[in-house]
Amino acid sequence: MEGITGRDLVLAASAIGAGLAVIAGIGPGIGQGYAAGKGAEGVGRQPEAQGEIIRTMLLGQAVAETTGIYGLFVAIMLLFANPLIRLLG
Amino acid sequence: MEGARIFFTLPFFDGIPITETVVVTWGIMAVLTILAIITGRNLEKIPRGIQNVMELYVETINNFTRDNMGESKKGFSAYMGTIMLYLLFANLAGLVGLRPPTADINATFALAIMTFFIIQGGGLIKKGPKTYLKGYLEPMPFLLPLNIISEISLPISLAFRLFGNVVAGTIILTLLYGALGSLSGMLGITFAPVFQVGIPIFFHAYFDLFSGALQSFIFVMLSMVFISMAWD
Repeated sequence: MEGITGRDLVLAASAIGAGLAVIAGIGPGIGQGYAAGKGAEGVGRQPEAQGEIIRTMLLGQAVAETTGIYGLFVAIMLLFANPLIRLLG
Repeated sequence: MEGARIFFTLPFFDGIPITETVVVTWGIMAVLTILAIITGRNLEKIPRGIQNVMELYVETINNFTRDNMGESKKGFSAYMGTIMLYLLFANLAGLVGLRPPTADINATFALAIMTFFIIQGGGLIKKGPKTYLKGYLEPMPFLLPLNIISEISLPISLAFRLFGNVVAGTIILTLLYGALGSLSGMLGITFAPVFQVGIPIFFHAYFDLFSGALQSFIFVMLSMVFISMAWD
């Protein structure tokens, strides 16, 4: 364990943290899949309302996606614009 | 994967950097302006050629705005149509090898802040200052901080959604090009990265065409929904 500087430690921890942050994608994945399933159900029941159903479904999925995007943003920050490195001076 | 390149710096204040985002946006502005001038120059009663396409677009946006925001707010179709066109061109810029301006958080934040000011200003004018400020104390007065946070988080989520989707596509395509390049290097093909021809087409079709068009649609749609909710 010799020769490991604080900077190395921060870099390694940032990489692990970026990996952990994109786990946030699980939630929106489940949610969007559920919404798509319900949308398919709705189209099966009422094929004439397909356009309306698809529009509402996409809107709901876009809102549900937000939390996943936050996770992605944290990961991108850690990888490309790491604020922790700057703290080391 | 790097941030937007800085081309030159304007010598005002501490120096205003002119990045690739700004330059590509200028390009899009030029294309849209020229398109508008050419198609709007000699309009005819019976449309021909490109005038058909433009009339179809304007009509679609008009109907779409009226359906989503109601008859009283159909004047927003100009704003929404402009944002939609800009976002479409911006998201499709990746197809011609440019860096999409929407892959920069500054660009998406500017658009989201415009929507934010329309929401707040419209609410203030339409409802009157008293009702507007009282809205923050509902349903309970102690929920005031939460109400403020939820108002502020609206443009943030709007901006990050567009930025996140576009930048994720950009990163994945950059990684793919790198992988295909080193694959052809490993197989001993040194004169040109042959695998980079053809294979990325499917990824471009998904990340640029499908995802880009969908995200511009969703941004406009969410702006419409939020604005019409705040104004009623």
